Amino acid sequence: MMTMSEKMKEVPGIYLRDAELKAKDAITFKWRPNAKYVWAGGIAYSRYLEELKNGRIIGRHCSECERILVPPRMFCDKCFRATDEWVYVKDTGTINTYSVSYLDADANRIKEPILVAVIELDGASEGIGILHYVDPKVDPKDLHVGMRLKAVWKPEKERTGSVTDIAYFEPIKEG
Amino acid sequence: MTIKRRVAVIGAGITLFRRRLKETGKELSYHASKMALDSAEMNLSEIESVVMGTAPDAFDGIHMKSENLLDGAGGTGRPYMRPFVGGGTGVFAPIAGWWHVASGLYDTCLVVAEEKMSPVQPHPQTAFRTIWDPIITRPLQPNLVWIFALEMNRYMTKHNIPKEHIAEVAVKNKSNALDHPSAQLAAKITVEDVMNSETMVWPVQRLDISPPSDGAAALVLASEEVAKKYTDSPVWIDGVGWSLDSSYWTNRDLYYPQYVEEAAKMAYKMAKIDDPPNQVSFAEPYDPFTYKELHHMEGLLLAKKGEAPKLTHEGVTQRDGKLPICPSGGLLGVGNPIAAAGLMKCCEAFWQLRNEAGKRQVDGAETGVCQAWGDLMQVGTVTVFRR
Repeated sequence: MMTMSEKMKEVPGIYLRDAELKAKDAITFKWRPNAKYVWAGGIAYSRYLEELKNGRIIGRHCSECERILVPPRMFCDKCFRATDEWVYVKDTGTINTYSVSYLDADANRIKEPILVAVIELDGASEGIGILHYVDPKVDPKDLHVGMRLKAVWKPEKERTGSVTDIAYFEPIKEG
Repeated sequence: MTIKRRVAVIGAGITLFRRRLKETGKELSYHASKMALDSAEMNLSEIESVVMGTAPDAFDGIHMKSENLLDGAGGTGRPYMRPFVGGGTGVFAPIAGWWHVASGLYDTCLVVAEEKMSPVQPHPQTAFRTIWDPIITRPLQPNLVWIFALEMNRYMTKHNIPKEHIAEVAVKNKSNALDHPSAQLAAKITVEDVMNSETMVWPVQRLDISPPSDGAAALVLASEEVAKKYTDSPVWIDGVGWSLDSSYWTNRDLYYPQYVEEAAKMAYKMAKIDDPPNQVSFAEPYDPFTYKELHHMEGLLLAKKGEAPKLTHEGVTQRDGKLPICPSGGLLGVGNPIAAAGLMKCCEAFWQLRNEAGKRQVDGAETGVCQAWGDLMQVGTVTVFRR
């Protein structure tokens, strides 16, 4: 039997370069999907979003593992039982990790970076963080794990019941 | 747990990996399947079941694409299924194939993995926009690279790892890939090249990332009795494992992939491995990003937490080192057609353990471990191969 290395001097497949794909005589077919979705907010998230509209962050407490979960869930995945009560947590917290993005959602290059972080909120259980933006005016070089942040809320009239009702988190000035 | 039968790999096939291939997904599946059957000296008529691994439908733009791919994978008129665990699918497909045969249900199984990431425009990242929780995450318009950068930064910060040590993974894998005939991004580069490459989402730079790709791969699996009729050198699947964590990735410490450890422990227990760094000859951990190879070496218990970069820096993971990692060239060098990339790693284990890997051959390869990872940083799939 031939070995793989002898057999595989050439492997099947024809590289199709961008220029060939875009050429006038290229055989291609195009289609643009036009699907639209409406998601029900669910039991836990609906309350979470309503509270965000009011300028507050709410979680759920599981009395068995004693975790306070943010975003809230109506059941605890560890104990596999219903969570017990609603608990407000603070809109301040600590950076668990962060990144500095020069890509937008479609992977287009952007000049002004988007600063994002996992923020562990005060009042939630240790290690329970949320994803959000950091104030774009912050110099990326000043970001660090352990940095203290506070939510900057959109004006009440502009809030829609969305995670973006918090515009971003900004550093808490020391002292 | 009682496993009824030992399962062998007796053939492997692969296509070119490129940013875009002219062939359709069916055609690519056919080429990989045919090569695998030819290498096993088998006809499709001898295949009793087929498993297709292929990642999110949104890339191909064909919903339920495994049904579309069926004929290319030799699935027509056969028991056929598609197991799916996101980026972990490429190593999960042979696990599913394994239980088809180990259970005694079938004597043979053709395992195929296909991916075409090129149809979605302008970039596969657009399809990734639909994987987020629509209510709590999508309004922030995240890019998938963001969250890997968050994970990478957490890993680097926790262990105080210099970026230069992580960059060495790209240098090694792209160099290893020079010897792989399918390779898309094989190159001789330096740590400086990585460090000077464009910052995509800090700390992830251009040369830290594997490319989007088209490609396919395939394996032929057989029961012990059948395998011995076809070959004197079967490669055994001696351990399989998989585990998932929740999609609430902001609720756990990203510095360590505990779910990979759980998957590895399941596979090692089955393969009777109790000292992985000394009992594994080489490994193919999932390396879509440089840091992921290191993260996964630790999850696979091949390195202590935080020490994989040190082993890399010391040359331990080079092809001629004590514990070669990604001798194929990995996703960073060979390319990343998602499910096909995972199965490419299993093909590599097959060729290595048959001493058929040519210039890529690792000396004295007895036991190889392959692993894939994916979804929202939440799945680990592991397979142990032995000669």
